[in-house]
Amino acid sequence: MESKNQQTPGHWPVDKAEPAEKQGGDDMAARFAHIKGWGIDADAENEPTYPMKHWNGDDRKGLNYDRPELQPVTVEKLHSIERPSVSAVFGTTCPPTGVSGALRRHAFKYSEGKWAHWLTLLVADRVNAVEGIIDDIKQGIFPNIIAERGWTAEWKYNRKGMVKNIAIGVAVTAAVLMLLSGRNKKAH
Amino acid sequence: MLAMNYRGPFRVRLDRNKAEPEIQHPQDAIVRVTRSCICGSDLHLYHGLVPDTRVGMTFGHEFTGVVEAVGAGVQKLKVGDRVLVPFNIACGTCPFCSQQLYGNCHESNSEATAVGGIFGYSHTAGGYDGGQAEYVRVPYADVGPEIIPDWMDLDDAVLLTDVLPTGYQAAEMAGIKKGDTVVVFGAGPIGIMAAKCAWLFGAGRVIVIDKLDYRLEFVQNYAQCEVYNFLSIDDPVLFLKKLTGIGPDVCIDAVGAEAAGDLFHTLTGRKTLLQAGSPTALEWAINGVKKGGIISIVGVYGPTGNMIPIGNVVNKGLTIRGNQASVKRLLPRLIEHIKNGIINPKEIITHRLPLEEVSEGYHIFSAKRDNCIKTVLIPPRAVA
Repeated sequence: MESKNQQTPGHWPVDKAEPAEKQGGDDMAARFAHIKGWGIDADAENEPTYPMKHWNGDDRKGLNYDRPELQPVTVEKLHSIERPSVSAVFGTTCPPTGVSGALRRHAFKYSEGKWAHWLTLLVADRVNAVEGIIDDIKQGIFPNIIAERGWTAEWKYNRKGMVKNIAIGVAVTAAVLMLLSGRNKKAH
Repeated sequence: MLAMNYRGPFRVRLDRNKAEPEIQHPQDAIVRVTRSCICGSDLHLYHGLVPDTRVGMTFGHEFTGVVEAVGAGVQKLKVGDRVLVPFNIACGTCPFCSQQLYGNCHESNSEATAVGGIFGYSHTAGGYDGGQAEYVRVPYADVGPEIIPDWMDLDDAVLLTDVLPTGYQAAEMAGIKKGDTVVVFGAGPIGIMAAKCAWLFGAGRVIVIDKLDYRLEFVQNYAQCEVYNFLSIDDPVLFLKKLTGIGPDVCIDAVGAEAAGDLFHTLTGRKTLLQAGSPTALEWAINGVKKGGIISIVGVYGPTGNMIPIGNVVNKGLTIRGNQASVKRLLPRLIEHIKNGIINPKEIITHRLPLEEVSEGYHIFSAKRDNCIKTVLIPPRAVA
């Protein structure tokens, strides 16, 4: 599946940012000569990002780097609208499908700064979990929730606590059922 | 192949028929996994806290393996090489990688600009399957993977993919000066390593705060530090002020989104997701550290927002630093430390389980059963 992403860069057009040569270089003092005191307190040693970042200015000229070879887009790949295209390399597992996929496509209409983006994705995740159970059943697999939740380990290492939790769960469920049945009788 | 398969919050299982990964890019490699850890941050996925975590995905961003195949563009690796693979997927050429910010690569994650690609860590981190499987696709194979020295134990190697570098960078970002008092929140694997590494930067006193006695006991012995259980402390901030006189010089948040200790943050950050996780440890760090102090954050939080006392950050003149560890940058130094016996990472491994027991492994780690600190999964084809 070839897409327009293969032709687009990994960044927004260069004319929206300062070209690299404007950000540094020997001509800066000359360019700012009209500003009294420009740069007199500049201290190259004051670099709080070091050593986490070995500053070389590349993030200022960052729009001019050579992208790696682009991975072909063979599955539906959503991308943040804060970038114009997919990254050069990307994961291809679990492309969006079903209702959760529709929700994810909707979420990616919003930028990463919007709650609508993230909360929609969280809702999609919960829907996806239900879809997973339905898909399993369609394929003749009944999900073994006890095994999937690792409760065999709970039985091994916290048997007393597990029995207690089950007993509490049963008691609460029984109490709720009794309460509901009592209300139904009164209504009749 | 065998692979861990996420089915929804608190539910994972072993998939016996997952398709083996294929080369999809000239710089890809396919690696047969020999060790794969369950990370504390995998629990955020397991608990359903990370948006865009899709059913069917395979987790696992800490793994070692043997190269089984390479793409046409791979020059440094060859079939048969034993490699440890940093959790960051990094292109090596973008403006951020070129400044050694390998955790912030711009060409490995389509879904979010705020984080680089990470193996097996939801589509928010790029949608890559991870290493809790028999085989895994490793993009940019000439950039990230490091050949494991012959003398190195695989259990040490796998802890170089995330745990040790993240703990080390936590201490590094904290700008520790000789004699500084360092408080580490969290005695999980990362907090343990941060406490250990704080000494390497010259700390004069290292204090670890957690709520699990068995972990505090471990870190006390492993990192020769002071430990306190916040469950027995009424007000942790006041306690730290009294303990250190004026507040520690440095606080490290090695807990992140699932912090306990504050009902409000637990309810809004963990139960209802109105915050991007519970920022209790971070709040204690901000309020507890001395004026002009430094806070280093390696705990993982979600992508939305958190309620923290930012006004105190301003009024106290604090410096806050955080990042995903730049594993590739740190590897040469850390390999040297292991070789010289300065650090012995594998001592934190408490559980070695076959990959087939992945569901139990997640539960044991999540529920903190059997004094679990670090779990390593070993696939059946893990012959190095």
